[in-house]
Amino acid sequence: MTKTEDLQLRIYCTGVGGQGTLLATRLLGEAAMAAGYPVQVAETHGMAQRGGVVESTVVLGSLASPIISLGEADILLGFEILETFRSLNRCHARSLVITNTGVNVPYTVAIGQSTYPPVAQMLDLLKAHTGRLFALDANTLAQQAGSALAVNMVLLGALISSGRVPFSVETFTEIIATRTPKAHLEANLRAFHLGREAAAALA
Amino acid sequence: MHPLLAGQPGEKRLLLGNEAIVRGALEAGVAVATQYPGTPSSEIGDRFYQISRETDLYFEYSTNEKVALEVAAGAAASGLRVLCAMKHVGVNVAADTLMTLAYSGVRGGLVLVSADDPSLFSSQNEQDNRYYAKLSGLPMLEPASPQEAKELTSYAFQLSEELALPVILRTTTRINHSRGVVVLGELKPRVRQGHFAKNPFRYVMVPAVARQAHSILLDQQAKAAAVAETCGLNTVQGRGPWGIVSSGVSAAYVTDAIADLGIGDRVSLLKLGFTHPLPVGLIRDFLSSVEKVLVVEELEPYLEESVRAIAAGLQQPPPIQGKGPRLFSRLFEYHPGLVRQVVATYFGVPYTPPTPLDPAALLGRPLPERPPNLCPGCSHRATYYAVKIALRDLGVEGIFPTDIGCYTLGLLPPLSMADYLLCMGSSVSTAAGIAMATDQKVIAFIGDSTFFHSGIPGLIDAVHNRHNFLLIILDNGTTAMTGHQPHPGVTPPPPGYGGQTIDIFQVVQALGVEQVKLVNPLQYRLTLAAIKEAVAADGVRVIISRSPCVLYLQRLGQKKRAKTFVVGPECRDCRHCLDYFGCPALQPPLEGEGPLTIDETLCNACGFCLQLCEKKAIRAKSTKGS
Repeated sequence: MTKTEDLQLRIYCTGVGGQGTLLATRLLGEAAMAAGYPVQVAETHGMAQRGGVVESTVVLGSLASPIISLGEADILLGFEILETFRSLNRCHARSLVITNTGVNVPYTVAIGQSTYPPVAQMLDLLKAHTGRLFALDANTLAQQAGSALAVNMVLLGALISSGRVPFSVETFTEIIATRTPKAHLEANLRAFHLGREAAAALA
Repeated sequence: MHPLLAGQPGEKRLLLGNEAIVRGALEAGVAVATQYPGTPSSEIGDRFYQISRETDLYFEYSTNEKVALEVAAGAAASGLRVLCAMKHVGVNVAADTLMTLAYSGVRGGLVLVSADDPSLFSSQNEQDNRYYAKLSGLPMLEPASPQEAKELTSYAFQLSEELALPVILRTTTRINHSRGVVVLGELKPRVRQGHFAKNPFRYVMVPAVARQAHSILLDQQAKAAAVAETCGLNTVQGRGPWGIVSSGVSAAYVTDAIADLGIGDRVSLLKLGFTHPLPVGLIRDFLSSVEKVLVVEELEPYLEESVRAIAAGLQQPPPIQGKGPRLFSRLFEYHPGLVRQVVATYFGVPYTPPTPLDPAALLGRPLPERPPNLCPGCSHRATYYAVKIALRDLGVEGIFPTDIGCYTLGLLPPLSMADYLLCMGSSVSTAAGIAMATDQKVIAFIGDSTFFHSGIPGLIDAVHNRHNFLLIILDNGTTAMTGHQPHPGVTPPPPGYGGQTIDIFQVVQALGVEQVKLVNPLQYRLTLAAIKEAVAADGVRVIISRSPCVLYLQRLGQKKRAKTFVVGPECRDCRHCLDYFGCPALQPPLEGEGPLTIDETLCNACGFCLQLCEKKAIRAKSTKGS
């Protein structure tokens, strides 16, 4: 590892199985490695992936642990607003939260066991208790980009434009270009740039 | 070329721990690999399977872990280098083999990967398999990062051949499923042609041979202990008076805790990578050099017990703690904040842990849970629905022994189709036990891969001993839960797959089951009729409920979404489909009453809801152009 500055950055990703969180963390890991940073990524596999919550982490810099304890995430990247809110316990007062405002109704709500909290209230609480909140409708932006599956690219675009991760747009577009399937490349890059622009407009 | 076969020595790759294990084996010239898939070990076999398609490396998805280890043992006895991977509970299945394989030893290097699962992310228990090393007497290595996973795997082959013993590489989920930067080494050519040199007085474990073999094992263990002292995998970092002993991913948490607390000048860390036999001399010297000791290890006090025993031989042993109140738990995996806090508490370092926010408290009510669920379009849900309706119509309560696979998710409401589960294959024989002990209707569920794995002996027992239950084999053609690995009944086989397919129906008939029926669960009426008839009958009945996994078909590119479905105004909010079926694509309005909607992004177009809707409110809608 070539970087000498004393960077430590803990990024916590959460979403619902099938939303592409694992690809997002892997790309972040690849970008970190390409930029010369030590990096650890932890993933969820197996039973938990079947429609449940999928959490993964990217830990950059001089840290050996691949996972992130409660209250210690510097960045929370949420792919679904309820799951972002559930992971508020990973955040501290200076955390950056980037979240999709899109809703994915859990079946406990569908069968009437519980009710889905109001999105506006969850956003207000996220804003009040963390350092900074970027909330964007990543589902719609992904569809605009040409692939409903590109929610992860929208959120990565927003993350890069936040200035809180030490990679350039060029590094990251190169990673997307070389590490994602060619068939989805155009839509992925469009989604990435739509996410960047949306976050820049919020900043 | 497969990515794990590419790359120059010195190149850096971001590898999953499991991929690093595969790369390490390739760098050691592994020729054969075997596995029964199981989280968190599955990607090891999957990568070997891919690699076997383009090289002469032999890989098989074995029927179960015992078979996997025996195929591996035969190949290693013939002089080849072999890796055999399984999840922690898989070692229980292979344990009979393992214990005696330790006596007979190996010629070619044999590495057994035991992937443990602290916190039970995807398992039925969180047993600590380090005790298998102690029980069998075999050497054990424990990596603390993906880089170490690669290095220790390579080294394990060398060690295995030096000692002529299998070597256990013990990992945990956080190693298997973490990605880290791994520096590649050189790939070693494979020796793929073995030769079995006859030596029955080594390899045929009759008592007279085994008595000698046990003695040889103890000699080899002593050699292994000497290697553990000097191999360089057990290291002391720092020279402070506070001693910490750790291994595996816990050692990573300790490293961060020392840096976070700024106590590097006060700590000595004994980081163990070779954890059976332990380096007694090294540990004794370490204990003599420190004032007090904290042992940091997930699950059982495996290291702590040994360190205490070694300390008992010292004149002035330092205080040693690990598990206990305000210290570490024997439950679940650890994390950086926990280890930092316990280290601070034990050594009296001022430290204020963060106070995490509580989202439910901020919101003023609990958050909706999001447990894992069967996929939209899953044929298991259709089978469960038919059983629920059959029992409702017959006015009978069913007791449901179940088994291990996606269908275990039928436990949760609204399906609630699981009453008893122990381990792979247990559904069949526990059903026999419950039915024998009670007068209740017992309906057991087992998946196709699990049936081949360990369901067959139970079914033979049931026929032979004239037990009385209905067994439903949920046959979706693949090992779905762990990532769609082929099994002996794989249908359809992945393109180019060379394995011969064995038909479950014929197997069940051949076992002597007289009442056996094959149904397609997506044909609701026929399935319901077959289940009602089988529930009402006596004796051993088997229904094979066969419909390929919808995700598997999509992955093979064989599932084209031909139709979408819409809910018409006839939907009167009766909630029957939600209360009995619970497909995630069927969504009630978020607030108030009204017709359901079908989420087209989730729907996999199985067409089952159309058959079950008692109001006939769900209709197929043709897609554009058709």
